Amino acid sequence: MSAVAVVAAVLAVAGGVGVIASRRPVRSVLSLLLTLLSLAVLFIGLGAEFIGLIQIIVYAGAVMVLFVFVISLLSAKNEPLERPVSLLPGQERWGGVAAAVLAVLLIVAGLRHAYPAARSVFDGYGAVRAFGEALFYEHVFVLQLAALLLMVAVVGVVILIARRS
Amino acid sequence: MYEWLLGTGMSQSLANIIMGVLKSLIIIVFLAVSALILVLMERKVAGRIQNRPGPNRLGPGGMFQTFADAIKLVSKEDVVPSGADKAVYILAPLVIFAASVALWVVIPFGPNLVVQDLNIGLIYLAAVTGINVLAFLMAGWSSNNKWSLIGSMRSAAQLVSYEIPLVLTLVAVGMMAGSLRLGDVVAAQQGGIQNWFVFPQIIGFIVFVVAGMAEANRKPFDLPEGESELVAGYNTEYSGFRWAVFFLAEYANLIVFSALATTFFLGGPSGPLLPPIVWFFIKTYAVIFVTMWIGWTLPRIRIDHLMNLGWYVLIPLALINLGWTGLYVLWRG
Repeated sequence: MSAVAVVAAVLAVAGGVGVIASRRPVRSVLSLLLTLLSLAVLFIGLGAEFIGLIQIIVYAGAVMVLFVFVISLLSAKNEPLERPVSLLPGQERWGGVAAAVLAVLLIVAGLRHAYPAARSVFDGYGAVRAFGEALFYEHVFVLQLAALLLMVAVVGVVILIARRS
Repeated sequence: MYEWLLGTGMSQSLANIIMGVLKSLIIIVFLAVSALILVLMERKVAGRIQNRPGPNRLGPGGMFQTFADAIKLVSKEDVVPSGADKAVYILAPLVIFAASVALWVVIPFGPNLVVQDLNIGLIYLAAVTGINVLAFLMAGWSSNNKWSLIGSMRSAAQLVSYEIPLVLTLVAVGMMAGSLRLGDVVAAQQGGIQNWFVFPQIIGFIVFVVAGMAEANRKPFDLPEGESELVAGYNTEYSGFRWAVFFLAEYANLIVFSALATTFFLGGPSGPLLPPIVWFFIKTYAVIFVTMWIGWTLPRIRIDHLMNLGWYVLIPLALINLGWTGLYVLWRG
């Protein structure tokens, strides 16, 4: 693993901290964006260039734009929250406990080599051609089902909007 | 150069980093020089079309006017509005500039004259153009100004809508070339003008040029900065050098989109007699001239017309083009 991977990993964690630490919603979204872009760099470093770029297109280009759109319209006021408000009273300490347990489990798993050593994969694994073949030959039925699901969602949105106006 | 660096006993990763920095610097200098030329060209073309001389005082034919403007911009005071989100405000021009430099990574200026010919170059282009939207939103939101916010919302709506036909035409180009590598796209158009993709892809070419003009905020589609209604759009509060960076990025987007039209549809850097890089610039500047011509001839269109054009005309056309390309590739064998 190279220096690039280390930098990307540090930036991803920093972005994650920024999401929960910043008081302004738009800054949280931008921190989340930093995390997602760093993850894309990690994907590309692992040889999954296609997934990495799709990550940028879908998350950075589409989902995050939607987030920024909504947040900057809803809370266009540029004022941070006056004092930190606990939205989930009583649950915070359990969240801390769960995070600690998860961290211990992760460290133990990493130390015990829970994952088998990477097997050698065929040349071009993760590239567009291999990805397309897996998608359109092996898993074409699942793909069609997902497409149907998305279409139902779109039709539902149109019906909801039409009913309101 | 790379071999020479390795020959001095340097480690490979350090040599890679130095080469990367050098290549980025070359691209940045190239973009700055192009912007200087384009500003003058734009004002001269606009002058011609409006039957006036354009800048003609400083230097032969007004050539040095742009330099004077650039010096003025750089020496202006740098104002950050009170109530602005300072970090985001400062970051926005950097993000947009980084995105416009990053686009140049995959564009082939000539045979072997490309920063990095990625094997998924077309997808890379689609991914990096998406970053522009974020920079506009960051600039508009952080300025703490209603004109900026409205302008950036318009920008985002426009860019998101016109990205879809743009990417659909890229898909058709990839199908024609049988590859997502820009080097292969150029190679598939070698051997004379009859092999250019512009002929089988004429619908795609038109959709690409129109959508590209909208993406680059060119004249009939420059709603985000409609001066008469929005002051200047997302960059209203920016001044001095930061404003100049937005301006530079805008011209960088214009020239990158023209270079892409050249690469995808007009054979890229290929042609008789002259060296390839000269052909590349002749074709690119021809496309730029046509967009300026269109821009200074047509009035700015209304926002609802803009959305209708994108969703009801360009996207269906791009889909028809996609179907036609499939049939064409099947028939060609």
